[in-house]
Amino acid sequence: MSETATSGQSQTASFGGVQARSSTQINEPRIAIRDLDFYYGSNKALKGIRLDLPDRQVTGMIGPSGCGKSTLLRVLNRMYDLYPGQRATGEVMMDNVNLIDPKVDLNALRAKIGMVFQKPTPFPMTIYENIAFGVKLHEKLSKAAMDERVEWSLTRAALWGEAKDRLNTSAMGLSGGQQQRLCIARTIAVRPEVILFDEPTSALDPISTLKIEELIDELKHDFTIAIVTHNMQQAARCADQVAFFYLGEMVECAPAAEIFTAPKQKRTQEYVTGRFG
Amino acid sequence: MSDTSDHLVKSFDTDLKKLRDMLTEMGGIVEHQVALSAQAIVDRDSAAATEAVAEDPKVDALERDIEQFVIRMLALRQPMASDLRSIVAALKITGDLERIGDYAANVAKRSIVLGQFSFPYSLGGVAHMANLVQEQLKLIIDALGTSDSAKAIEVWRSDRVVDDIYNALFRELITYMMEDPRNITPCTHLLFIAKNLERIGDHATNIAETIYYAVEGEVLPDTRPKGDSSAYAVVRPRE
Repeated sequence: MSETATSGQSQTASFGGVQARSSTQINEPRIAIRDLDFYYGSNKALKGIRLDLPDRQVTGMIGPSGCGKSTLLRVLNRMYDLYPGQRATGEVMMDNVNLIDPKVDLNALRAKIGMVFQKPTPFPMTIYENIAFGVKLHEKLSKAAMDERVEWSLTRAALWGEAKDRLNTSAMGLSGGQQQRLCIARTIAVRPEVILFDEPTSALDPISTLKIEELIDELKHDFTIAIVTHNMQQAARCADQVAFFYLGEMVECAPAAEIFTAPKQKRTQEYVTGRFG
Repeated sequence: MSDTSDHLVKSFDTDLKKLRDMLTEMGGIVEHQVALSAQAIVDRDSAAATEAVAEDPKVDALERDIEQFVIRMLALRQPMASDLRSIVAALKITGDLERIGDYAANVAKRSIVLGQFSFPYSLGGVAHMANLVQEQLKLIIDALGTSDSAKAIEVWRSDRVVDDIYNALFRELITYMMEDPRNITPCTHLLFIAKNLERIGDHATNIAETIYYAVEGEVLPDTRPKGDSSAYAVVRPRE
């Protein structure tokens, strides 16, 4: 556990020499971000970010549009490599490797760190192929082993029951919520360690949203999760720790219960109560 | 009990203000009730006693209104952070105020009975206690209106004195009863009155704790300054 205020551990405050408030248990960091700067050309979008993603827990990232939370997610699996002029400096340490080091193999990295986007993005192929596609890039599996992997992924993504009788039909025929769960299944099929969710439910109806949230709750037993969301209630429900971003800075990171009941920083307070944003 | 800066949704601010107004109104009535019942004992003023009792339905109605309003706000606004704290605090405080109102009404009723007895001893102790409790209540209702956590702490700490007076009174009244059995009825009523006043002080401390949490986001420790030791008091008759 790191020693700074950004570590996500509740600080015990005292009044009249008396200790108050207990803290949520936050696990050891799986990914440790230190002094991370990010530039879109000359525009500095992230400023000296310091944040831990605790192992097999959910980190929620909140903040007004343009605050840098999605940018941070894009840094974590090097999405920005696709675009010239975008660069990151600092450290994103996972297993003693700095993920933003250009020498890091992108395919291996993305197999370790999966991402689910705002809009469901199924490939225009069958449900089965959607899942097998990514797996084939990294592993050579027999037909039986692949069948098993597809079933495992769909089961973990809470889609097996609805999809098992139509595995060979087009994924485009699924509903929005089902498509999103298919994307989650596709992500976990390559057995990553970290899953990044970029507003995974903002295009979904309330029931599908709750199913995804339930799924995230399940998945955190095996995966380290970061979720960017504009829905504060969702962050409150899903996340173990929540980081609030504003103008490219990480303002405050603390256990979710603390951020939403008694945040330390005035800007966090104003944002979560709807006084600016 | 929330920030001065405004919400993006103006009606939320209006709701918060309305909630605070309802709570201060309730606090005002309860404060008045306690003052009336103190007057009823000290001045043997049965009109004041009747008025104190008559205020009770108003207090109960306000409690129900505040509860309904809080539930509505929780459901519709899904408040966070300081808003959440002050809305939940309002729900707790309204309960404490309602109890204080009940105790005040009970003190007033007993004062009417007490008026039918000639009582040879000074009521100075009870009067002093009533004054202290009234002062505590006034302070805490001020603190409520101004979100003043320092003032809340002051009340929280001062409850100890009320408890000390209560313990002294308890012994004193038992002594009177032993001296002359005819004192038993008025002294029993006085004991209940003292106990009710002491309980009013306890509820004022509860409100202090709630205000402190709502304003600061920190919980005061469980070990509040409790001093009622009458439960262990033994007074033996002289041989």
